[in-house]
Amino acid sequence: MNRLALFIPFALCLALGAFLFFSLGKDPLDLPSALVGEPFPEFALEELHEPERQVSTADFDGQVLLVNVWATWCFACRIEHPWLNSLATEGVVIVGLNYKDHRELAQAWLEKRGDPYQFSIFDPRGILGIDLGVYGAPETYLVDADGIIRHRRVGVVDERVWNEEFRDLYQQLMDEANGK
Amino acid sequence: MHPLRKQRLQLVILLVVAAALVIGLVVYMLRENGNFFYTPAQIISGEAPQNTFLRAGGMVVDDSVLRSDDSLWVQFKITDGIATLTVEHTGILPDLFAEGEAAIASGKVDENLVLQATEILAKHDEKYTPPEVADAMNEAYKQKEAAKNGSYK
Amino acid sequence: MIAEYGHMALIVALCFSVAQAVVPMVGSFVGYRTWMRLGHSLALGQLVFVAISFACLTAAFLQDDFSLQYVANNSNTLLPTQFKVSAVWGAHEGSLLLWALILALWSAAVALFSSHLPLVLSSRVLSILGAISVGFGLFILLTSNPFARILPFSPTEGGDLNPLLQDFGLIVHPPMLYMGYVGFSVAFAFAVAALIGGQFDSAWARWARPWINSAWVFLTIGITLGSWWAYYELGWGGWWFWDPVENASLMPWLVGTALVHSISVTEKRGAFRSWTLLLAILAFSLSLLGTFLVRSGVLTSVHAFANDPERGVFILAFLGLVVGSSLLLFALRGPVVQRQQGDTEVVSYSGLSREMMLLLNNVLLVSAMAMILIGTLYPLIADVLGLGKISVGPPYFNFFFVPMTLGLMVAMGFAVFSRWKKTDVQMLRQKGMVPFLISLSAALILPLFLAESITWESYSMTAVITLGAVFWVVTMSLEDLWQKLDRGSSKAGSLVANASRLKNITKLPGSYWGMQCAHIGIAVCALGVGLSSVYDVQKDVRMVPGDRVAVAGYEFTFDSLDFVQGPNYGASRGQISAYKNDRLVAVLHPEKRKYEARNQVMTEAALDAGLTRDLYVSLGEPLKGDAWAIRVHVKPFVRCIWLGGLMIGLGGLLSILDKRYRRRRQPSGVVAGVGAE
Repeated sequence: MNRLALFIPFALCLALGAFLFFSLGKDPLDLPSALVGEPFPEFALEELHEPERQVSTADFDGQVLLVNVWATWCFACRIEHPWLNSLATEGVVIVGLNYKDHRELAQAWLEKRGDPYQFSIFDPRGILGIDLGVYGAPETYLVDADGIIRHRRVGVVDERVWNEEFRDLYQQLMDEANGK
Repeated sequence: MHPLRKQRLQLVILLVVAAALVIGLVVYMLRENGNFFYTPAQIISGEAPQNTFLRAGGMVVDDSVLRSDDSLWVQFKITDGIATLTVEHTGILPDLFAEGEAAIASGKVDENLVLQATEILAKHDEKYTPPEVADAMNEAYKQKEAAKNGSYK
Repeated sequence: MIAEYGHMALIVALCFSVAQAVVPMVGSFVGYRTWMRLGHSLALGQLVFVAISFACLTAAFLQDDFSLQYVANNSNTLLPTQFKVSAVWGAHEGSLLLWALILALWSAAVALFSSHLPLVLSSRVLSILGAISVGFGLFILLTSNPFARILPFSPTEGGDLNPLLQDFGLIVHPPMLYMGYVGFSVAFAFAVAALIGGQFDSAWARWARPWINSAWVFLTIGITLGSWWAYYELGWGGWWFWDPVENASLMPWLVGTALVHSISVTEKRGAFRSWTLLLAILAFSLSLLGTFLVRSGVLTSVHAFANDPERGVFILAFLGLVVGSSLLLFALRGPVVQRQQGDTEVVSYSGLSREMMLLLNNVLLVSAMAMILIGTLYPLIADVLGLGKISVGPPYFNFFFVPMTLGLMVAMGFAVFSRWKKTDVQMLRQKGMVPFLISLSAALILPLFLAESITWESYSMTAVITLGAVFWVVTMSLEDLWQKLDRGSSKAGSLVANASRLKNITKLPGSYWGMQCAHIGIAVCALGVGLSSVYDVQKDVRMVPGDRVAVAGYEFTFDSLDFVQGPNYGASRGQISAYKNDRLVAVLHPEKRKYEARNQVMTEAALDAGLTRDLYVSLGEPLKGDAWAIRVHVKPFVRCIWLGGLMIGLGGLLSILDKRYRRRRQPSGVVAGVGAE
């Protein structure tokens, strides 16, 4: 066989590898970068525990906070919940976004497992979820004092994730806010 | 010519011709059978061709599922956050199909801009979103943000 | 604590693999026999520790240790015990550990059964296997650790195994499939070792063959099981979807089949050398590619694990390294391999020789694989090139695969009679006449009886072609068998002739029976595929209890609907009776289950299986009132598909058991008398 022909498989392999590499780059879960740096979307929804109370971004009140998307049907939320409870006792402000859920079930869930949220937005139809680009729970957004999203995590936030992805940024934002 | 060389040459020619034929067919078949994916926004705006087999996906809108009383006809709406597309289908819906979840429908768009779906796919695992739907949602978000920013310019 | 032991064992195993990858290879170059021999002990040591790690993970599942993230995500206290065990490989991390375990098993097997191989070769083979183990070990420890803990607060209950996987099929299908995928790494290692050493002769082929055949058998059975499982578990009655993950298993199988055939030419005639090496490299490369496609999330698939780009990058890098370096080695060392000592004659063969038939076989199989590869990757390529989001459906795959399979079957009939170097055309014509006539008649006449009614529309050309090809293969194979059994017997009285025929049965070698069994298995499988596609009848109907519906000559009545409770689910259970000609044939109980932990709904179809037809009923969804949407199928001959698959696997097994692989020290002389290869 021709000597050069022996290199054909190798060449094909390189070409294929290049394509596969670029296809990885088009990963749809690369969403975080699209939202980071953008203001948290406007919304006007009921609060979970007090239906007569309407909440909106105004209720963020210039605080540095986490917005945590959760639901009773979401199993992984149960895994991260204890850590959220512990963060709340340390003074981290967390706002819950109860996503596509039932009010009574959600309230009971929080009663059973502890409520780390300053308040919970009740979004049964997922309207805010669509604006945020949420596809499921749990997801957590770190919002700064000016209402800009600074980080997004798709998936569970436990101690390790907090330390690796959130803690330093949170500290920096808190310092900036207090320094003002 | 040495008989062995002749034999080899015949073989090579045969292989090249066969390969060319097959490659031609492959390209043709891919073009004919490649089903394009469109977002509801693209279909409603008319970007997507009518009467051509295509796929569309998005989140199933709450309270949009309607079933007929006496047949297996069903209608529902899917959205990508920008536009809402009506889908009609006759048959059984997959188990993980639910309002508020991602679904992909394949079929043809009729003149009323309703997708007559021959097949409905829903995800198979709660953590899994089909890449096309995720991309569509991503695009929709970017477009909305661009529109918002555009209005401030 | 057990999880920590498992984690540590994995690290120790990694150390063993690193040593295994380096020491024997270096030893083979400098000639240190002790270093070369060390590879064998290292492989066994690696197996011990990977097995310990696997056992620890299994123990964690059995003990409901939900402090492990992997266990918490995939198990539940109510999960039946057998599924707790199979849940170990039910998701990404655990299935990778299974890969590693099986790789260690194959390596250990090579270490144990290679005493007849030259030490230089066996040490290099083990080194290469060790290098692959290093890759997987690193992948697991760095990106997919099944022993990761959820601390400080662990859940008290798990998320349960995906209901679709809570089934017997999951207990057997992945292990079988992985045995096949990973088994081809041995063939790969043999090929690369040959390229490194530059020594490649028929002895190499003889040593490598049992390993190649074994991997192939496992892969055959694994794919067959997967198809069967999808059929009864997914609730739609389909058994092959040209889904990327399915294609990922079919492609190595096609190349493996080509390899199994090509290596016989290499062993017997010394030809197709570079090609055989390339196929061996390609088979395992496709296995790795499949792993990448499934776990990186770049393709939409009903099988895909949840996507993770970090893992995708790692696998792609590993894939690139393994495949790229082996193909580069192939390009550089190929010419050395082609010119061997002892080559006296140039290998030549004529038109209808066995070599030509096997070449045709290889061309068809590899073309089929290439066509499937293009179809599977096209969506990816189109996306990267910005051509849009395209999916490639079954019509594309069937358009090519069906004619190729038919071509293979036609050739198979001829191939059985072909001889090395040259086949007598006259003899073929003479032998083939009767089978041809039988096949033609069967093909034209049988479809008349298979349809419900004899009409012009129901006379299916597809059925004609299928039956023609199937009968052709079977009759030609039987003709050859008859001829071989007849050999040596005089034309004397029939009693004597029969006795000598019986005696000849024992003289035929295992590889001959293997070939016959596998080829007939393909025919049986094709029969199932062709006839069930043509004569399958499916109806989706809306029924209330008391309704009846007629499908393909059967009557189905919806008797009742109850609610039942399972160990970890609640279900609506229907009772549907099937009648033929007013006689009760089967009572079926399809279920719609809701698994509590995940709040997930799943369909459990009801099957009445038979060789000539399956009755398949599943509950769709509840409708207004008492009505349900129900799917009813009558699927003729569908069971032949998997029966054929098993026969193919059995054929491979018979080949491995051929005596000449057990005769270690004797030269590879041609088996006397009856039975050519």
